Amino acid sequence: MKALVLLELEVPGDTAVDYQYPATGNPPQSSGTSLSAHADVTVTEASLRALGVGRALAGTGSLAAVVFGDADAGGGLPGVLAEHGVGDVYLVGSAVVAGYAPQAWARVIAGLIEETGATAVLAAATDRGNEVMAHLGAITGLPMAANCLSVSAPAPADGGYVITRQRWAGLLEEEAVLDAPVALLTVAAEAIPPTEADAPSGSGAPPEAAEVHRVVPDISGMAPSPGAVCAPAIPDGDLVVRAVESPVRDGGGGASLATARVVVGGGRGVGGADGFAPLEELASLLGGVVGVSRVVTSEGWRPHRQQVGQTGTKITPELYLACGISGAIQHIAGCSGAKHIIAINTDPGAPILAHADYAVIGDLHEIIPALVAAIRARSAAA
Amino acid sequence: MEILVCVKRVPTVGGRITLTGDGLGVDTRMSGFTISPHEECAVEEAVRITERLGGTVSVLTLGPESAIEQLRGALALGAGRAVLLETDGREYGPIATATAIASEIGSRAAAEPGYDLALFGNEASDTGDYQVGIRVAHLLGWPVVTGIKSLDVSADGVVARREYRGVEEAYSLPLPAVVTVKEGLNLPRYPSLPGRLRAKRAPVERVEIKDVSLPEGLRKTRLRVPEGGTHQATVLGEGVAAVPELVRVLDELGILS
Ligand SMILES: Cc1cc2nc3c(=O)[nH]c(=O)nc-3n(C[C@H](O)[C@H](O)[C@H](O)COP(=O)(O)OP(=O)(O)OC[C@H]3O[C@@H](n4cnc5c(N)ncnc54)[C@H](O)[C@@H]3O)c2cc1C
Ligand SMILES: Nc1ncnc2c1ncn2[C@@H]1O[C@H](COP(=O)(O)O)[C@@H](O)[C@H]1O
Repeated sequence: MKALVLLELEVPGDTAVDYQYPATGNPPQSSGTSLSAHADVTVTEASLRALGVGRALAGTGSLAAVVFGDADAGGGLPGVLAEHGVGDVYLVGSAVVAGYAPQAWARVIAGLIEETGATAVLAAATDRGNEVMAHLGAITGLPMAANCLSVSAPAPADGGYVITRQRWAGLLEEEAVLDAPVALLTVAAEAIPPTEADAPSGSGAPPEAAEVHRVVPDISGMAPSPGAVCAPAIPDGDLVVRAVESPVRDGGGGASLATARVVVGGGRGVGGADGFAPLEELASLLGGVVGVSRVVTSEGWRPHRQQVGQTGTKITPELYLACGISGAIQHIAGCSGAKHIIAINTDPGAPILAHADYAVIGDLHEIIPALVAAIRARSAAA
Repeated sequence: MEILVCVKRVPTVGGRITLTGDGLGVDTRMSGFTISPHEECAVEEAVRITERLGGTVSVLTLGPESAIEQLRGALALGAGRAVLLETDGREYGPIATATAIASEIGSRAAAEPGYDLALFGNEASDTGDYQVGIRVAHLLGWPVVTGIKSLDVSADGVVARREYRGVEEAYSLPLPAVVTVKEGLNLPRYPSLPGRLRAKRAPVERVEIKDVSLPEGLRKTRLRVPEGGTHQATVLGEGVAAVPELVRVLDELGILS
């Protein structure tokens, strides 16, 4: 059993890369996301969890990872990946595909399936993970199971891989049998517990670092350097859709809801568009951002990009402070990845209390200003 | 601009879902039906584009005869044409669904001016498979991008935007193209009374589905409602009197450092 996991990376301080974007022709000539410039490139938490599921599936078999970007093979990444049980890492640099081009990424992964004999490919069920894996399903003609919570190695008695996955954004769980020569899965990362870095379960001492294989363009007549792997030829059509990245226009300092450490949530209880100032103040005091419920966006009080939930953004902060939010299941679908939830609500019977660690019962219009004042007084005293 | 919007009939669910006795389906005896918020935005966007550039919005669903209700809903919002790919009520997986939709798009292009743009939801609210739009695009050889929150359409092509980890991504696609969208793309209008009356009388084209094989490698064996648990939050107190305790907890959680 060999499992291959697509990893997404976090490049600190450098989220926006400007790609030149020619209308036609070759991949854009750009510096690409030059990961080698950053010593502290990390794997996203969601990808680590997908890796955990892949490792459990691979069992005593092998676990490999694929990374897009010009990651520095000498950097910390191969070591970190080894701690998570990865034996081989395939680095796909910008010479093969520059920037995010979902169909081309899937084409490269299809080539790696052939190359490595992988029988399962996994990714975190993020926008990119789902997108690339769906392309891979279309390219290979294989089924793709989205938002999986668990998967067990295929047994003839079961008729294939037994998976559980989320439906209705987590309202339901489905058990299913996946009968395919290669299992394509995305992992509902925020719904499964984090995995600890650990030695691989195989025999012997863990390797120091994952073995790095550079994936190079397939240029005929040129022998790839040792350890390198040729990417399949990428048809022009695969490169038509490619991201041109820029900082978010109305980004509010660039702090993004999806990655914020603290989110102060506001719902119908905030009462109107002009009720958000204290929440903004509290959020900035805590180094966080404001998130809202769907009622708030459909009333037009706040832009949709601040919506948390099934049809909004999924958040994974250290703290989610839900103010005047009832806790509808579609809202919880977006905030259950928060490490801690504190609710402020006038109703002690609000459903949010069944998901929160702590609650304060009362009017947010009184409590939030008082909380802001208390925090300010505290830091003034310090 | 000829635009196709694909919508899926799904049960309206509130806070809880009740399963059928065999554990394989959602009990819909007490619920209504709807389409996903993403698809509502797709319909709205298509109507806005044709209001500006001319052309027709066609709305399509693959489902049982009763799914005509969802087609009429879209007609009431301004779609001009409705197509039902009629099933016998069996569940179609994403591969079968995409095959049937792509074949309908292909046969239309052969007969009349084909579609310039096909809009889908990013994911259906019931199955959440995240793939029908992409599979349709591959079958047609069209470019596709998913999860779109802003769309500029002109005769030359579309520029589609979305956000990824605090970065805006822009995609330029030539037409014809497939775009899957998310809620937030726009604020959908409510149907007008004349719109609803028109929708009631509008014809619906019924198309028989051919050559689709249903087993596609992923077989549902059971659905279950995840346990809610009996968890209840620790109440720190009431009103402003609870603020000192709240500050203490924030500090303990490391939020104030
Ligand atoms: C397909 C689908 C997708 C959806 N997607 C999402 C989504 O992505 N995100 C989302 O949020 N919702 C989503 N919803 C909507 C969801 O079902 C709820 O309608 C919504 O979350 C409710 O928002 P709310 O909690 O702000 O409002 P309400 O449910 O009205 O709750 C307001 C709360 O505020 C409290 N309150 C009132 N006044 C005060 C006060 N002064 N101080 C403190 N507390 C006060 C009340 O006690 C109550 O608990 C979706 C629904 C569907 C059908
Ligand atoms: N039965 C169907 N009829 C029409 N469109 C569908 C159907 N199933 C899925 N779609 C479209 O494909 C999108 C993605 O669905 P899925 O891949 O199943 O999550 C939906 O939002 C719809 O736009």
